[in-house]
Amino acid sequence: MTYFTMFYLFFRIGLVGFGGGLAMLPLIFQGVQDFGLMSRQEFSDLVALSQITPGPVAVNAATYVGFHQAGLAGAAVATFGIALPSFIIMLVVARLVKRYQHTLGVKGVFAGIRPVTAGLIAAAALMLAETALFNRPVFTQSFFLDPVTAINVIPAIIFGISFLLIYKLKMSPTLIILGMGVIGAFICG
Amino acid sequence: MLPFIQKMVVDQKKWLEEDEMVDCIAIAQSLPGVLAINTATYVGNRKAGLSGAVAATLGVILPSFIVIIILVLLLRSLGTSSYVEGAFIAIKAAASGLILYSAIRLGSMVVKGWFPWVLAIGSFVAVAAFNVSAIWAIVVGAILGVLYAVVRQRKGAL
Repeated sequence: MTYFTMFYLFFRIGLVGFGGGLAMLPLIFQGVQDFGLMSRQEFSDLVALSQITPGPVAVNAATYVGFHQAGLAGAAVATFGIALPSFIIMLVVARLVKRYQHTLGVKGVFAGIRPVTAGLIAAAALMLAETALFNRPVFTQSFFLDPVTAINVIPAIIFGISFLLIYKLKMSPTLIILGMGVIGAFICG
Repeated sequence: MLPFIQKMVVDQKKWLEEDEMVDCIAIAQSLPGVLAINTATYVGNRKAGLSGAVAATLGVILPSFIVIIILVLLLRSLGTSSYVEGAFIAIKAAASGLILYSAIRLGSMVVKGWFPWVLAIGSFVAVAAFNVSAIWAIVVGAILGVLYAVVRQRKGAL
């Protein structure tokens, strides 16, 4: 059952995951919770790991969740699940899309999905922030009534500095993550 | 990762011409699935058929697979350490900032005009605040995109 659930979960994510790994994160976040595979907190550790390892985030996530649930075989099943849709789509659908890419329908679908992926990436940022920056979910009454005490100060400062480093100075993401990780080991522990 | 793949495939291995590679990436990006696997499958299939696609896909998956398993085992053997926990909190905080930046950058490229704004903000609020399934956000976005395109064409024709 677990094997099938994991395969199904990641197959589904691969099938509808438009817009790259970051836009897929909300799908994976919601999926592991729907199926009760992992807490959001545990899963956010993986997102953190993904930032310092090479390779596609979605493959990292599938391997991580699968391994966590059912060892090496679980990791293989989940990873197979996320890879299979890509494989089939590129062999079969790609040809059709190429032929119909200038039709109104196909252009409309992409014009609708692209802004949604931007929204999903923002949602991924918030989901991750909720596990590190805030001590309770953001869209709740208790947050709005008293937002100040909901913020973890040091992580919030790290968040702000990281954003500025990439936004203003265009610093390398890997460098920012590694630097903040080292600083955090001493001041966040 | 894509510039790296492009460089290897076009310049070093000369498996594909530059313009076909650009084509391949455009298609891989517009279709669902893991971008790197999409690209690998396309290149592998073009160069050596089905077995080429399988080989290329395995090649792009295996490093991630191995690295993650080694890291998990390593972290498990470290046990709970306040240094590791602190590093994780800081990495998550930093990653939130970087991902927010990605959202803003993508947004500034694709969100032009009121219609994409509604879709971008609508999907963010639906998923982040109301825990609506991201699958629905994508499906609804696709349907609205088609409707909007049809309506705009009708208006243009009048």
